[in-house]
Amino acid sequence: MIELFRTPRYNFIGKRRWAYLLSAVLMVVGLGTLAVRGLRYDIDFTGGTLVQVRFERSPSVATIRAGLARIQLGESIIQEFGDDREYIIRLPLTTASPEELTKRITGALTQEAGLGKLEIRRIEFVGPQVGRDLQLQAIYAVLFGLGGILLYVAWAFKSLKGGVAAIAAVFHDMVICVGALSLTGREFSLPVLAALLTIIGYSVNDTIVAYDRLRENRGKYSQRGKTFAEQMNDAINQTLSRTVLTALTTFLSAAILLAFGGKVLEDFAFILAIGVVTGTYSTIYMAGAIIVDWTQSVESRIARRKKAVAKA
Amino acid sequence: MPRRLWQRAGLVVLALALSIWYLYPLRETINLGLDLQGGIHLMLGVEVDKYVGGQTERAAEDLKNGLERKGVAVKRVAREGLSTVAVELASATNWNDALTVAAELASFEVGQRDDKAGRFTLVMRERQVAQLRDDAVRQAVETIRNRVDQFGVAEPTIVRQGDNRILIQLPGVQDPDRAKALIGKTALLEFKLLDERTPVEQALAGRVPETSEVVYQRRVDKETKAERRQPYVVQKRTLLTGAELTRAEVQADPNSPGNWQVAIEFTATGARVFGDVTEQNVARHLAIILDGNLYSAPRINERIPGGRAVITGQFTVEEARDLAIVLRAGALPAPVAILEERTVGPSLGADSIRQGMLAILGSGAVVFVFMLLYYRLSGLIADVALTLNLVILLACMAAFGATLTLPGIAGIALTIGMAVDTNVLIFERIREELRLGKTPRAAIDAGFHRAFRTIIDTHLTVMVTAAILYNFGTGPVKGFAVSLFIGLAASLFTAYFFTRLLFDVLYMGRRKVQAVSI
Repeated sequence: MIELFRTPRYNFIGKRRWAYLLSAVLMVVGLGTLAVRGLRYDIDFTGGTLVQVRFERSPSVATIRAGLARIQLGESIIQEFGDDREYIIRLPLTTASPEELTKRITGALTQEAGLGKLEIRRIEFVGPQVGRDLQLQAIYAVLFGLGGILLYVAWAFKSLKGGVAAIAAVFHDMVICVGALSLTGREFSLPVLAALLTIIGYSVNDTIVAYDRLRENRGKYSQRGKTFAEQMNDAINQTLSRTVLTALTTFLSAAILLAFGGKVLEDFAFILAIGVVTGTYSTIYMAGAIIVDWTQSVESRIARRKKAVAKA
Repeated sequence: MPRRLWQRAGLVVLALALSIWYLYPLRETINLGLDLQGGIHLMLGVEVDKYVGGQTERAAEDLKNGLERKGVAVKRVAREGLSTVAVELASATNWNDALTVAAELASFEVGQRDDKAGRFTLVMRERQVAQLRDDAVRQAVETIRNRVDQFGVAEPTIVRQGDNRILIQLPGVQDPDRAKALIGKTALLEFKLLDERTPVEQALAGRVPETSEVVYQRRVDKETKAERRQPYVVQKRTLLTGAELTRAEVQADPNSPGNWQVAIEFTATGARVFGDVTEQNVARHLAIILDGNLYSAPRINERIPGGRAVITGQFTVEEARDLAIVLRAGALPAPVAILEERTVGPSLGADSIRQGMLAILGSGAVVFVFMLLYYRLSGLIADVALTLNLVILLACMAAFGATLTLPGIAGIALTIGMAVDTNVLIFERIREELRLGKTPRAAIDAGFHRAFRTIIDTHLTVMVTAAILYNFGTGPVKGFAVSLFIGLAASLFTAYFFTRLLFDVLYMGRRKVQAVSI
């Protein structure tokens, strides 16, 4: 029988200060990158036009740019996509209609010597109104997702603290994922949004497994005389093999998507892979640790008040 | 096997049989999204306010005619803003008559009034405005559906979204520009008289009589591609529109070889109006205007009784065919604007399918092998459950008519990971119980029992997120949410119920179980 952990007794909660430090560093890096480099939004959110072109032979970005310069469409972004014969051209919102734009782009590129034959493989046009709507929808989706989870955890475990700690862990993961997105210069697109929402679900999933165990252990003989921190630590240890195994299989799935899923799925899989790692980590060190510190601070405040009452 | 076991096995066989029924034959039952098979996705915005404005304009016209019939002299009747008609009488003496006529416009109510000056406004009722907006979108959907049907697209999606948007998906369309022109054309066909009293030069200089306007005839030279615009002065009044049309057909243009024309035929009412108009205006020119462009302005030689006319304009056969389609399908009640467009060429679609399938097979294979190595016989059980999960997931998508998109494939890949999680939870729990010294049977029982609450909790939270994604997401995100949601629901059945059944069959029937292969 292969076993990752037989009966693990790691002192996770005891080392939480180190974890807070690590999380603080990661979040500062994430937020710092966001502040300095900002987040590049895909046309899904900004509005604009995207044209995917496949050339007969590998062109240089400069040649494509020279061809496009002729029609003066403003600041266009030209990126290699998948292999060296395929390119994506992004254009900002203009007054021209999408069909007119495509016609002009095709015309300009066909005329440019050295590009050879080309095939327009994909055109996406997102108007300003739709872009704004999608932005709003994205914000709503995240907020409602978090709200739904908060309510569910608070209800299922009769613990508002648990709900808040779970949300804090999720928030921590979001910041790191979005920071990684910005750090690697990837764009915030609809698939990335989908991946972030999946991570919300995944991260909270892990947290729930640990909380479930805590709830189940409550009142058991083995838990008698233990502090809340010790109980939490036990619950995390007891579910550790499952947490790690699941993280491993999900991470493997995401890694394979990243490697073979093609350019379209790349950003999605990237966020998923990072999110799985931070999600697992945050289950142990955020959701678990926060609730412990919170409970302890409440308990010590009650104790102090009791003392004060006794003195008086 | 005990009876309960047979019943449970029966349920699984039923689910499997149903799934295969829905999935057979695979090629026809699974709808592929536009990103996988190529095609156009369009989001159109109907400019509903233009429709409301147009209706107000017509009401103003009716009111003016009504007042004139009653002998009430008016200084001005005009539309103001979106839904207000301003009326100014020549004198206040006919005030009561004017109000009686105005009361006949049931969808309007009197707004401001100034009895002494003989001025009042009529405002369209809020309910009527809302109704008109709704009508405009509804009609636009109908018209577009008609056009697309005649154009010949297999399995198009044309649905209304929100207040004034229309989502159109045309899978497999090879010529997106042509399809867009066909869908987006307002196709408002109007017949108006030329204003022969106003010279074109004078009109271009800005001195146009209030009842006339300038329209252009556009001609594109076939060789040089240069566009020529010739101005005409026409009367604003529309004598007849394309609404009274019964037929529109493509014909060769006898006067211009190589070009095509569209022959149209009016309904009985339309033919009568057409006959009257031509009779009253012999020797004048009748302008045929489509979407604000003048196509031709032939001279009326005599009364035309049969209600037939021809639209010429140096069309190619394709242009003429598409024009005939839009004329037959009718005009859009209001112009539409393209808000969002995604076009995927068929070759890109094929590439994404190949890559997506490769990725999903790869992640599936790795998980399969991992489970087998780590949990041995129990791992095999989990693998069988996983296969059943995929079959049920695809069958549900086929049954609901859901579309499989590339993000949808990603959702399936994620489902694989999460379904395995359920089995990992259970197996780890069984191992734990075994470690505590329980007998194999007791350990299996306890493992499944104790993991149940956790499994429900984890599935529900992710399904909640998937449902939220579905509600707030669009196109690609929706596809992801659908496959994730169905996959998780199926995983509750396969990873818990079905796995339990296999364990029971393996270990519960026998009298003495020595060890569990886990």
